[in-house]
Amino acid sequence: MSWIATHFNYVVVVILMMAGLFIVFSSGNLIKRMIGLALFQSSTALFYISFGKVSGGTAAITLDAQGAEGQALAAQLDPAYVAQFGVEGVVYSNPLPHVLILTAIVVGVATLAVGLAIAVRVRESYGTVESDEIDAVSRVAAEQAEPAP
Amino acid sequence: MNGGELLILLALTLPLFAAAMIYAVGRMPDVRETLTLVACIGLAIVAISIFVRVGQGDPPALTVAEPLPGLAIAFRVEPLGALFAVMASVLWGVNSLFSIGYMRGRREARQTRFYICFALAMFGVMGIAFAANLFTLFLFYEALTFVTYPLVTHAGTPAARRAGRVYLVTLVGASVLLFLPGIIGVQSMAGSTTFTPGGLLNGRVDAAAGSVLLLLLVFGAAKAALMPLHGWLPSAMVAPAPVSALLHAVAVVKAGVFAVLKVSAYIFGPDLISTLPAATWILWMAAGSIVIASLVALTKDDLKTRLAWSTVSQLAYVTSAAMLPMASGLVAGGLHMVFHAVAKITLFMCAGAIYVATGANRVSEIGGLGRRMPWVFVAFLAASFAIVGLPPMAAMWSKFLLITASFGSGEWFTAAALIASSLLSLVFLMPVAFRALFSPAGDGAGGEFVRPGGTPVTSLVALCVTAAACVVLFVAVEPLADYLAPIAAVSFMETAP
Amino acid sequence: MQLEALYVAQPALTAQAPILAIAVPLIGACAAALAPSGRAGWMISVVAAMVSAWMALAVAGEVMREGVILYQLGGFAPPAGIALRVDAMGALIALLIGAVGTLAAVFSGHSLAAEVRPEKHTLFQAGFLLAQAGMVGLVYTGDAFNAFVFLEVSSIGTYALVAAGERRDRRALPAAFNYLIMGTIGATFYVIGVGFLYGATGTLNMADMAARLGTLDQNAAVQAGFAFIVAGLGVKAAMFPLHGWLPGAYAHGPSLISLFLAATATKAAIYLMARFLFEVFPDGAAFGDMFLQWVLAPLGAAAVIVCSLQAVFARELRRMIAFSSVAQVGFIFLGFSLANASGLSAALFYMTAHGLMKAAMFMALGGLAISIGARRLEDFAGVAREAPWTAVAFGIGAASLVGTPLTMGFLAKWQIMEAALAGGRIWIFAVMAAGSVLTLVYVGRIIEVMFFREPAPGAPRAKESPVGVLVPLLILAGLSLWFGIDASLPQQLAQAGAASLFEVRP
Repeated sequence: MSWIATHFNYVVVVILMMAGLFIVFSSGNLIKRMIGLALFQSSTALFYISFGKVSGGTAAITLDAQGAEGQALAAQLDPAYVAQFGVEGVVYSNPLPHVLILTAIVVGVATLAVGLAIAVRVRESYGTVESDEIDAVSRVAAEQAEPAP
Repeated sequence: MNGGELLILLALTLPLFAAAMIYAVGRMPDVRETLTLVACIGLAIVAISIFVRVGQGDPPALTVAEPLPGLAIAFRVEPLGALFAVMASVLWGVNSLFSIGYMRGRREARQTRFYICFALAMFGVMGIAFAANLFTLFLFYEALTFVTYPLVTHAGTPAARRAGRVYLVTLVGASVLLFLPGIIGVQSMAGSTTFTPGGLLNGRVDAAAGSVLLLLLVFGAAKAALMPLHGWLPSAMVAPAPVSALLHAVAVVKAGVFAVLKVSAYIFGPDLISTLPAATWILWMAAGSIVIASLVALTKDDLKTRLAWSTVSQLAYVTSAAMLPMASGLVAGGLHMVFHAVAKITLFMCAGAIYVATGANRVSEIGGLGRRMPWVFVAFLAASFAIVGLPPMAAMWSKFLLITASFGSGEWFTAAALIASSLLSLVFLMPVAFRALFSPAGDGAGGEFVRPGGTPVTSLVALCVTAAACVVLFVAVEPLADYLAPIAAVSFMETAP
Repeated sequence: MQLEALYVAQPALTAQAPILAIAVPLIGACAAALAPSGRAGWMISVVAAMVSAWMALAVAGEVMREGVILYQLGGFAPPAGIALRVDAMGALIALLIGAVGTLAAVFSGHSLAAEVRPEKHTLFQAGFLLAQAGMVGLVYTGDAFNAFVFLEVSSIGTYALVAAGERRDRRALPAAFNYLIMGTIGATFYVIGVGFLYGATGTLNMADMAARLGTLDQNAAVQAGFAFIVAGLGVKAAMFPLHGWLPGAYAHGPSLISLFLAATATKAAIYLMARFLFEVFPDGAAFGDMFLQWVLAPLGAAAVIVCSLQAVFARELRRMIAFSSVAQVGFIFLGFSLANASGLSAALFYMTAHGLMKAAMFMALGGLAISIGARRLEDFAGVAREAPWTAVAFGIGAASLVGTPLTMGFLAKWQIMEAALAGGRIWIFAVMAAGSVLTLVYVGRIIEVMFFREPAPGAPRAKESPVGVLVPLLILAGLSLWFGIDASLPQQLAQAGAASLFEVRP
């Protein structure tokens, strides 16, 4: 049980991921599939951010330690900690995953936009966003185009 | 560019150029056929010049391109190839003469395409003959398959199409599945595929790998029609007689056995061959091929089909020769390749001559025809003698050498098959000529000429020339054998007692 | 031809060539989107693609002279900064992308008019340039996450482009949607994998990653990252059985996109996979060799056999060629699975050969599609008579696909088979031979219909392709022939690329 407690973030990530994938593959509705995809991508974002987090770390913001803001921040910290590491040694969470995932989110949004746009065009062309009905229409069209030999 | 390179280039480009010119003047049959004949003479002269140069110890060589290191398109002439080229180019000329009479006499359609494909086939043959390595040989070997495909399906009938499909599937299938893997195997074992006197692989492979490669290469050369890959040859007999004559007695099938001889002499070498168990297996297969094909020939009434089965049998002679664990077998094989070609082309041309004159194509229809077509049947008789191996025909020598070599190397099985096959061919060939020449007039159905005047003169001349050649070569056998001696010389000293 | 002696640009320009090869099409994409007319968009597209190809050539020459090129974006050194890192393998693939991209851009002038709504032409060109920029970037980058961004830039472009085929065949829309879903899942898997590796090594630079992974022992995070990356890239590369999106996208999208995707998109993903398999993951790691031996090789073999058979039985011509593409990816993976320099070099050569031949085949079909709306194989009966040049170019591509001697395809198959024999993998050799025969069967069917069958009475007659299509088409076909006779250019790069990957490993 303690494993789950210490790794609960990963558990959440896995649950989200599986839920997203399940929706993508089980649903026949194009919009729902896009939602599933978005969920799946969000789980990745969570995954990145959670492993970038250092316990007790602060935001990775560079401050002048002797300036007013720096002093104010240092005042909030545990005095024992400051005595041991100094203000310079403040632990901060790894900022790189945040930056990366910001990019990934942008990419995800773009994908989502393209996907929804295609879904709109499917709706205009086929009159439905249900995969089964689209397949049925395509099959009928294919049979009309190619009479059985 | 020196003279040798120029000659090889000429031998390759002349047929191509001829094909282009034939296409250009296709609407004028007289010009077209004159052109063909001129090209034949030109090519024969070039081939003979190369032949002479090789004899003088100055073999021409030429490298065209090298797509990858160790994989070059290169030519280098050795005695066997020179002989093959001379044989093919001279017989192309004779056959063209015959074709003119046959095709005009039968008023065949698509004659321009017919002559173009012939010229292109000669391009393939020249490339095969002069190839310096297996890769180049393979290139032209495949090209030959594809340019002869339209000739096999010339009639355009469903039967012809079916035969064409069998032809392509067997030949291409065998090359892709067997021959090419074999070549890649050789390349990966030896780092090149160059034909090397004494054997490229000699000393580089063990018996197991060598056996696999030998099987791949020998059966991959399906043009050699070794059983069980012989089916395409009898079915290709739907082609017009000149096609059967040149392609299925000379160019295509001989390209197959030529490839087998080259592989045996230059890739494996007699020394290696004598140690490989696969060589013995192939010898058995070939012996079976010799006897079974002769037996099947007995049962065939269609004259050309009977001849085709006889070809299957005779081709296996050459394959056996290549597999004998004795270097002198190679010389016998090379000689037999030539002598059989001359005899078999005569037989096919006779069959064509009979067909064009009377419309008869079955053995049962030709009774008594000999009185009306004496020249044709005398030629047929002479060529039959050659196939059986009777004197004074050149093929007697090659067969004699072969039987001696097989006894000499202890392969009594092969020797027995050879003798049996000679007797069988006596049974299936002799009656044809005898029936036509000596049976009483009016016996049989095919007495009337469908074409006024009988066989066209050009065709008659052609078949008489080759029939005479069977006899002339009888006395010229010694220089030829000496000429071929170098291919076996490297290890001849070692294996000679 | 010696690439070392190839100077195509000023040294100052060559120094900036890697970034220019990416940036020019990217800027071109913006410009094309804003272009006043489809014609202007087309011209921008041609110019941008051409500049990118030119820069790729300059990079290739420089790589052959100097070895690996490191280009630091904005002057920040890795690991903090993002670097482009081009070796011979990347140079080869980028050159392929540049060359095919340029010819495809020229071709698009005519094919778009027939297949895409006129008002979308500028946007189409923008998407096309985006895809090209993304692929070149993916090939040149030295940063694992950056590769993801480029992968998605190119993919988002191609999703939209496939969907643009709806004017001619509305099945393009569901196909594009399916492609998008699969592609995004693949890309996300890749990101997750990179996340694991980042967690294990603390760097995103591939070279640093390789160095640090070498010092780690059995590590579950690394193995999980490996699995995610391979699966994700497998989707993008159409690795059997993750290829489900490919036949639909190729068969129903506009011809331009079939040709561009077939020639480059899967190749870029395969390239990235090769980078991870042979460069990033430590040599001798049990899971790496096991993957090559027991996963990649069987899957490659299955792709060769199953998809070749599917191609044999397919009824629509473009679908047939699409299935053939999956089978060809199988051949490439068989080359990878040999896990030595000669196998990798052969596989890289095969990728180039396949790119050129498939591009020629799809372009020929695109040229025919301008005049006839044929889809089924039978509809192409006798097109060789009406459109001989197009048909001949198609035939050359098909001959190369089969592996006819004197074409590039032959040398490609030859090298893989020789490498398989040298490595003692007889079964791979046998699968290759069987696959070649199956290829011969379906290609033979196509050739028979196109060249030897009479057109059905009353069927629409094909017309010869316009000059704007014929020129790029014949160049593509000519390249397949030329490299079949003198393969030195791709061969040098492929060999150098394979050698550099295998010599950095201890």
